[in-house]
Amino acid sequence: MAILINEDTKVLVQGITGTFGAQHTRLSLAYGTRIVGGITPGRGGQWFDDQVPIFNNVAEAVRETQANASVIFVPPAYAADAILEGVQADLELVVCITEGIPVRDMIQVKRAMRGRRTRLIGPNCPGIVTPGRGVDSHGGCRIGISPGYIHKKGHIGVVSRSGTLTYEAVWQLTQRGVGQSTCVGIGGDPVHGTTHLDVVKMFNEDPDTHGIIMIGEIGGTSEEEAAAWIKDHCKKPVAAFVAGATAPPGRRMGHAGAIISGGKGTAAAKIEAFKAAGIAVAPTPSHIAETLLKLM
Amino acid sequence: MNIHEYQAKELLAKHGVVTPGGDVCETPEQARAVAAKRFAEGYKRVIVKSQVHAGGRGSGTFKNGFKGGVHFCVNPAEVYSVAKKMLGQVLVTKQTGPEGRLVRKVLVYGALANDSESYVAVVLDRATSLPVMMVCKEGGMDIEEVAARNPGAILTEVIDPVVGLMPYQARNLALALGMNGPLLGPAVKLLMGVYRTWWECEATLVEINPLHIVEYVNGGQILMAVDGKINLDDNALYRHPELQELRDFDEEDPLEAEASYYNLSYIKLDGNIACLVNGAGLAMATMDVIKYYGGQPANFLDVGGGASGDQVLAAFKIITSDPNVKAILVNIFGGIMRCDIIAKGIVAAVREHKLELPLVVRLEGNNVELARRILRESGLKLIEARSMAEAAEKVVQVAGGLPVAAGPGRG
Repeated sequence: MAILINEDTKVLVQGITGTFGAQHTRLSLAYGTRIVGGITPGRGGQWFDDQVPIFNNVAEAVRETQANASVIFVPPAYAADAILEGVQADLELVVCITEGIPVRDMIQVKRAMRGRRTRLIGPNCPGIVTPGRGVDSHGGCRIGISPGYIHKKGHIGVVSRSGTLTYEAVWQLTQRGVGQSTCVGIGGDPVHGTTHLDVVKMFNEDPDTHGIIMIGEIGGTSEEEAAAWIKDHCKKPVAAFVAGATAPPGRRMGHAGAIISGGKGTAAAKIEAFKAAGIAVAPTPSHIAETLLKLM
Repeated sequence: MNIHEYQAKELLAKHGVVTPGGDVCETPEQARAVAAKRFAEGYKRVIVKSQVHAGGRGSGTFKNGFKGGVHFCVNPAEVYSVAKKMLGQVLVTKQTGPEGRLVRKVLVYGALANDSESYVAVVLDRATSLPVMMVCKEGGMDIEEVAARNPGAILTEVIDPVVGLMPYQARNLALALGMNGPLLGPAVKLLMGVYRTWWECEATLVEINPLHIVEYVNGGQILMAVDGKINLDDNALYRHPELQELRDFDEEDPLEAEASYYNLSYIKLDGNIACLVNGAGLAMATMDVIKYYGGQPANFLDVGGGASGDQVLAAFKIITSDPNVKAILVNIFGGIMRCDIIAKGIVAAVREHKLELPLVVRLEGNNVELARRILRESGLKLIEARSMAEAAEKVVQVAGGLPVAAGPGRG
């Protein structure tokens, strides 16, 4: 089952002919992802690697391929436009990898998306992976930039704001022979399409997910919001790690959303919220898998 | 990106917000000359304000002993004397940290008597992804303290970005600030101007603290933004070249400024263990795990997803330029980034910079076996670790001058 995506999901790549988009399209195809079309305005009618048809716009691509998801590898100045194009075409899922989109653009995107069916993941995220049954978990669905080989098919749901820190946690699980149902990167920006809580709720309802790992960082209240809900509603064991306990206030720590402002968004507050909710907190990043497995 | 008070006030003024204006002075002579003009115009007091990218200036102290980064003066001679004690001196406030900031400029303007001090700010509300305007009748103070002590004192209007701050919302906020009667109209105009500044400059924060009702020299009353603070969204600067011009490199740590030139995300901290990591979350977690094992990180550094050999070289140079550094921890999870590229970069950097500091390397992921071979065959004295916990333990020991096993231990 998994959540959001599976081996049948049909994916479009917006920005397929850019260097970054092309590289990751190839890696996703090798993984077994069903990439059914790409969008590069002006190159409609051409083919990517003789394998994937290129279209001028998302609407036409959806009509021709019946795609239900897209991934966006478009530079920051044009990414909001790409997101809204996907939303307008009524895709179920749009995953935006792009880092550096102006906040004002994303405020407008979220406002314009109200009432539409599309779920946005990201921006500034590594994407989503539902691992497959094959070697190095091939045969699943990889949307974005995560390395496929670190995953293993199984029953742990992972939701995170980070990229490489997530890979760290996933690899710890895989090395212990414990697989993942779906791994979702929600991204590091202050305005984002999907929150920790949105994903935790999906994991809670997914029969294939038996345990949950939540990875957060300083800034905002996404972790606290999830913790409050988990306390009263979550049927499955949850372990968490929060990065940035040592970050100085007022400084943007890499991610645009990783900032302690006005005293709010500290790691300490998030850890306290987790503990109050009965969520097991990993003391170091090396203990993330172990912390969950102790609960199961 | 941060900007100075005088720059923030200029932006606000452009959007219809009344400010006291003022002259930026870099010498006590300039300050005295400006003050003389103001006193001649009829002002009874002239204010001298240190311009640094930090708050709490009024209650700060200079390292030369002079108290206060903001002073009211009653004649040009006093302005000269105050400016002389500020310019070229280091001001320490609650927000600068103990090292303080060098004051290179002061803002000088005529001060008017005021009736009240209010607070106005526009920020993004992260829970809703919408802009909000907050006002409080208790201005001039630490707003975080007010929010903690008396949250009911703060009134908030949630703004729909489609229409912006509506006049009826501005009226609600103005009335909450007690601005009834003839001041209501000017208050609404001012608040709309504050929101417009936030939206059009693509700010993350526009803060006016305090907003004054001042008695004008001819007896009337007007509203004035007496102090302004604006932080701009770095991601939007590419489309605001005129705002990029406002950047003051003197207010930035030189190592941080150099790192930004190489597109490296670097923040200098106080400790003695330098870090080089790929990924912001992993970089923060690396700092955390060093602290967990009793060490102090010297920096945050994210080389990003596709670090080139040049960036790795530059990253090493920057993190080791910090004289406090006693040891280095490299923590790389090669997702798409190949570990062998990083390994070659490490070897090149150590040789190029003739690095003698103890170096703990933890690599995992793509091409890691090849990377480990490259490091082993380099002949460099490196300490290997398999997990982040092991890497942190080892680097803390070695930074403290204790001996450590070079080979990897437990995973």
